Amino acid sequence: MLDAGPEATPKSDSTPRGYLYHRHALIVRITHWSNAIALAILLMSGLQIFNAHPSLSWGKSSYSNRAPIFETSAATAADGGTIGATRIFNHTFNTTGVLGLSRDGGRWVAKGFPSWITIPSFQWLAMARHWHFFFAWLLVINGCVYLTFSFFRHHVARDLIPTRSDWRSIGRSILDHVRFRHPTGAAAARYNVLQKLTYLAVIFVLLPLMILTGWAMSPRLDSALPGWVDFVGGRQSARTLHFVVAWTLVLFVLIHVFEVLISGVWNNLRSMITGRYEIAPGPGSREPM
Amino acid sequence: MIANNDSPRRLRRNLLTAMGGLLLGGCDALSRSEWFPKILRAGEVLSRRVQHAVTPRRSMAQEFTERDLSPTFRSNGTANPDDATYQAFAQAAFSDWQLQVDGLVEQPLGFSLEQLRAMRSRVQITRHDCVEGWSAIGKWKGVPLADVLTLVRPTSMARYVVFHCADPMDHAGTKYYESIDMEDAYHPQTILAYELNDASLPIANGAPLRVRIERQLGYKMAKYIMRVQLVDSYAGIGRGGGGYWEDRGYEWYAGI
Repeated sequence: MLDAGPEATPKSDSTPRGYLYHRHALIVRITHWSNAIALAILLMSGLQIFNAHPSLSWGKSSYSNRAPIFETSAATAADGGTIGATRIFNHTFNTTGVLGLSRDGGRWVAKGFPSWITIPSFQWLAMARHWHFFFAWLLVINGCVYLTFSFFRHHVARDLIPTRSDWRSIGRSILDHVRFRHPTGAAAARYNVLQKLTYLAVIFVLLPLMILTGWAMSPRLDSALPGWVDFVGGRQSARTLHFVVAWTLVLFVLIHVFEVLISGVWNNLRSMITGRYEIAPGPGSREPM
Repeated sequence: MIANNDSPRRLRRNLLTAMGGLLLGGCDALSRSEWFPKILRAGEVLSRRVQHAVTPRRSMAQEFTERDLSPTFRSNGTANPDDATYQAFAQAAFSDWQLQVDGLVEQPLGFSLEQLRAMRSRVQITRHDCVEGWSAIGKWKGVPLADVLTLVRPTSMARYVVFHCADPMDHAGTKYYESIDMEDAYHPQTILAYELNDASLPIANGAPLRVRIERQLGYKMAKYIMRVQLVDSYAGIGRGGGGYWEDRGYEWYAGI
């Protein structure tokens, strides 16, 4: 919750340090960090699961007359050596060291993703599934807690839905972002329009898609909702989408962390840990509202 | 502190690598521990309970058309059981093979392949989902397990159906086995299949008989079935996990 209300208090009249105000509610902070942990583990255990069949297809099955659209393998190079090869559509790339063939404890191993990005680090599908489903449930429960809170506190309507003036400022906001400029003063008390749209997309599009494409891979749930797996293009398409959306979330996290770093890392971190965010004095910012 | 002349950037990178290594090593240590996987398995319990709560008992797995058939149905796991008894049956085209059905039943019975073929059959084109992630679509013909159970009359004590198979999985001769509950056993799509894609079930796919359990993953669908046993608990079979792969860490409930 972003609320520069009664809790905003001037720290001191003599130092121009600005204001600390209650930016993030406790529930938002808890769900934020448990999501961060869950997503990291889900990605890494998910890549271990991917390694059991390092190939992505489109459609209902893996064995049709169409070739996979993404595949990693250990292949024999022209000079007779072994390389890691990654094929995307009809293009093959040498990805030795990362995809298809990588080092694990000094040894070269034929595997999809390398050991430093998978849980467990060595091939162990059964264990990866235990990690994956435990943290998938954590993510689902977390999401339910967050959405229930948001509903009762009007968090989404108040803090995330862009206002009319947000939409008008979208061009300037894009320019600000590419110049790495960030709002200061009172404007920093609210999320900017790109931030709002990104969070909305993550909360209401990407994360639900992860869960729904995950469900489409469950044979039991497919029997309850046969239309759903067809809607996403079949079970192998669901697996492919699950993979693509996962990496879209990784892209979001990279940009998110980058923005946190360049827009006042300690202030941002403090606000997501203690809830308190400092509004630095800027032009016309003596009044927090 | 580390005494070296590295640049701060190098130090930072080494620190990050070390932290990453610690985290990954931590996850590996947790995976190998006795207690942590037990906590993780709460996920399996939750999946089983919730999936059973939201899916009707008789919900049907999707059935496909001939156009969707995979060109060849992939053989996975054992492709040809390394077992003298089995090979002798195979030599005789399974003419003297018999399916033994016993355990907690009122009338233990043996069924020849001819007898099974003479019973009411069901044909279904379904998707086979392997725990590894791949799917294949095949056309199966077989006798509903429910019909076989009706003939042997399970007692009220029977809670699970155990499939004992002919294929040895290791040098010690550990045979494959699997188990399902009575809900799946009586499901209309649970069949003992003797045909794949309009031909006799190939040895690579489990001849003479394999079970289809269409709402679970492939490893539940035992091949090379020799004996069906009704039990009240599978704790005393194998290592007690309810199946060969379950004994090696995979979930007994494979609906996800």
